[in-house]
Amino acid sequence: MELPLVLLIGVFFAAAVYLMLSKFLVRVLLGVVLLGNGVNLLLFANGRVLREVPPIIPAGHDVPVTLTANPLPQALILTAIVISFSFFAFLLVLVYRAYQDLGTDNGNEMRVAEPENDPLPPTGY
Amino acid sequence: MNTLIFRTVAPFLTALMVLFSLFVLLRGHNEPGGGFIGGLIAVSALAIFGIANGIAAVRKALWFHPMAISAFGLFIACLAGLLSMVFAVPFMTGLWVYPVILGVEIPLSTVMLFDAGVYLVVVGAITSIALALEAGDDL
Amino acid sequence: MAVTPTDLSAALVMTPVAPADWLVVLPPAWCLLTGALLLMLRKSLHLQAWLAVPALAVLVLIDAALLAHVATNGPATMVMGRWLPPFGIAFTADLTGVLFALAGAVVALAGAVHALTDIDGRGRRYGFYPFLLLLMAGVSGAFLTGDIFNLYVWFEVLLISSFGLITLGSEPRQIDGAIKYAFLNLIATTLFLVTTGYLYGIFGTLNMADIAVKAAAARAELPLMTLATLYLLAFGMKAAAFPVNFWLPASYHTPRVVVSALFAGLLTKVGIYALLRTLIMLFPLEREELSFVIALAGAATMILGALGAIGQSDIRRLLGYAVISGIGVMLAGLSLGSPGGIGGAIFYALHSMIVMTALYMAAGLAGRLAGSFDLNLLGGLYTRSALFSALSLVLFFAVSGLPPFSGFWPKVMVAKAAMDIGAWWLVVVVLLTGFLTTIAFGRVFALAYWRPAADALPDETIPPSALVPLAALTALTVVFGLFPDPLLSLVQHAAQGLADPQAYIGSVFPGRT
Repeated sequence: MELPLVLLIGVFFAAAVYLMLSKFLVRVLLGVVLLGNGVNLLLFANGRVLREVPPIIPAGHDVPVTLTANPLPQALILTAIVISFSFFAFLLVLVYRAYQDLGTDNGNEMRVAEPENDPLPPTGY
Repeated sequence: MNTLIFRTVAPFLTALMVLFSLFVLLRGHNEPGGGFIGGLIAVSALAIFGIANGIAAVRKALWFHPMAISAFGLFIACLAGLLSMVFAVPFMTGLWVYPVILGVEIPLSTVMLFDAGVYLVVVGAITSIALALEAGDDL
Repeated sequence: MAVTPTDLSAALVMTPVAPADWLVVLPPAWCLLTGALLLMLRKSLHLQAWLAVPALAVLVLIDAALLAHVATNGPATMVMGRWLPPFGIAFTADLTGVLFALAGAVVALAGAVHALTDIDGRGRRYGFYPFLLLLMAGVSGAFLTGDIFNLYVWFEVLLISSFGLITLGSEPRQIDGAIKYAFLNLIATTLFLVTTGYLYGIFGTLNMADIAVKAAAARAELPLMTLATLYLLAFGMKAAAFPVNFWLPASYHTPRVVVSALFAGLLTKVGIYALLRTLIMLFPLEREELSFVIALAGAATMILGALGAIGQSDIRRLLGYAVISGIGVMLAGLSLGSPGGIGGAIFYALHSMIVMTALYMAAGLAGRLAGSFDLNLLGGLYTRSALFSALSLVLFFAVSGLPPFSGFWPKVMVAKAAMDIGAWWLVVVVLLTGFLTTIAFGRVFALAYWRPAADALPDETIPPSALVPLAALTALTVVFGLFPDPLLSLVQHAAQGLADPQAYIGSVFPGRT
C-alpha cells in the first residue's frame, strides 16, 4: 500500500516543482497548492498506512474498543489543510490584486520594488 | 445564475444550510463534525446567498463585519482555554457543567465554547476573503 | 447512556498547576486574546493604540517574570488539556526561548510606540495593531513551544499576520514585495512541514524533549542526517541565509518603515532560533557533520550582506542587506557548536533584534526629515537634529560591531570560539564583515547626516513618541555594550542548556532523568 502512495507523492512533488518554476504567478500558485497536497499525503504515509477502522470511540466507551488507525497524522493533516487553505485564499487575493495594480502576472516583469536601473550610491561629496 | 428560481430558492437554502452547519457544529464533540467543517458549511450558505442576491445583501444579513465575527471567535476560543486557570488545571483542559434546563440535562463545556469559536473564526475569515474576491476591494 | 469509566489518571496531570507555570503559556495566549479584542474594535481607530501599547507592555512584564522564573528554577513546562507529554502538546520555556521572547516583546513594544505617529489612520484602519499582536502571538508561541509540529503552527500564525502587515496600505510597491515574500516564505514553511512529517515517521513523536532522548538512544540506525539537512535548508530560508536569502532584499524595504523595523527584529530571528533548537538540541552530531557547510553558508551570508549594503543607494534596502549580514554571524556561531559559538549566536541574535529595529526606525525618521530615502538626495540631517544624529551614530557603530556597543561582545565570542578550533578563515571573514559594514554605515553617516543639504529640507520635526523608542533601544545597546556581564552569563547558561538538554528533558518528563 505504501509504494503506490509514495509514487503518487513523487508525482505531486514533481508537478508542483514544475509549476513553481513558471514565471506566471497563477501557475506558481497552483504549484504551491499541489505541493501542499503532496505534503499532506506525505504526512499520511509517514503515519503508516493500516487497514484499520477509523479512530472513533463508540458511544458508551472512554477508550477505543478495537485496534484503530493512527489518528495523529489525520490531526496533523487537518491542521495542514486548514493552514494551506487559508494561505491559498490569501495568495489568490494577493495575486489578483497584483494583476490589477501592476498589470501583469509575470514575476519577471514585477520590478516596482526593485527597479532595474537603480542609481548607485554616490562615491563622495 | 441570476434566475428567478435561484433567487427565490436561495434564502430558504441558506437558512437550511446555516441550520445544518449548527447541527454539525454541536454534533462534533464525539462524532464526525465540529467547528471547522460547520463553519465551512455556513460559509457556503452565505456564498449561495451572495451569488443570488449580491454582496451588499450578504453584508447586510451578517450585520457585523466578517473580520469582527472572526475576531470574536478567536476571543472566545482563547477565553475557553484560559478558563482553566481559575480551576488550577493546565491550559485548554475541558471543563464541564451539567445544568438542568426545563427538566433536561444539558452538558456544556469549554470544549464546546472553543469549537464555537473555531466555527466563528472560519465563518468570518473565509466570508471576508470570499467577499473581497467577489468585490475586488481590500481585505 | 451508560459510560464505562476508564482510569486515565496515568496519562493525565493530576496535581494542581502552580500559578507560576501559567507564565509559560501566557505570552501567546495574552497576545491572541488582546489581538482578537483589537480586531473586534477595529472601527475605533484612536482606541487601538491606547489598548495595544499597554497590552504589549504587559507582554514585556510577563516575559520578564518568566525569565526570572526560568533563570532561578530552570526550564518550566505546561501541557495542554492535562495530557502528559508526549501525548499532550507541551509548552517548555528554557533560557534560550525566554531570552528571545523577551527581546521580541521589547522590540514589539518599541515598534508599537513608534507607530503612534508613523502609522496614520489609514494604516490603522487596515489593522496594524491587531496584526502586530497576532504576530507577537506567533513569535512568542514559536519561542516557547516544546512540540515541533506546534512550532510549525506558530510559524504559520506569524507568517499570516506578517502578510497582513506587509500589505498594509496596498500600494503597488508593497504588493510586489509581498508577492515575493509570501511565496518564498510559504515554500520554506512547507519544507519545514515535509521534514516534520519525516521526523514523525521516524520517531513516532513530535515532542522535542522526547525526540532528543530517542535520537540520542538510537542514533546509529536512524536516518537523522536527512532531517538535519532538510531543517537546515528550511530554517535557513526563513533566516535569509545565503543562498536562499533573496526574498529579504526584495521585500523588506516595501512596507511601512515601522513594519520593516518589526520584521527585521523578529522574523529572521525566529528562523535562527529554530535552527538552534533543532540542530543544537535535537541533532548535535549531525550538525557536527554539517558544520563546514553551515560555516561556508554563514561566511557567504556575511560577506554578501556587507557587500550588498555597500552597493545600495536606498537606505532601507541597505538595512535589508545589513540584516542578512548579521544572520551570517549567527550561522558562524551555530557552525562552531561550542558553548562560546552558540552563546555568541544567541547574544548576536538578541543584539540584532534590538539594533536592526532601531536602525529601521532611524531610517524612517531620516526619510521623514529629509524627504527621501535615497543616499543621492539625503543630506543635512546633523544640522536638523544633533540628538537624532548621535543616536544614529551609536547604532551604526553597534551594527558594525565596534566597541563599546552590544554588537562587539557576540562577535568576540564567535571569533574566539573559531580561534579555539583553528578556523582562522572564519575569524578573518567576521573581521572583514565588520570592516565592510563600517564602510557602508560610515558612508551613510557622511552622506546623509554630515553632508550639507542640497536644497531646503521639508518642514518636519521628530515627534517625541517616535524618538523615545529609538532612544530606549539605543540605550539598551549602550548598556549591554558597557555592562555585558549579566547578559553574558545568561547567554552562556542558555547555550549550555541547549547543548546539554538534561534540564529541558527533566522539565518535560519529571521522572526520566
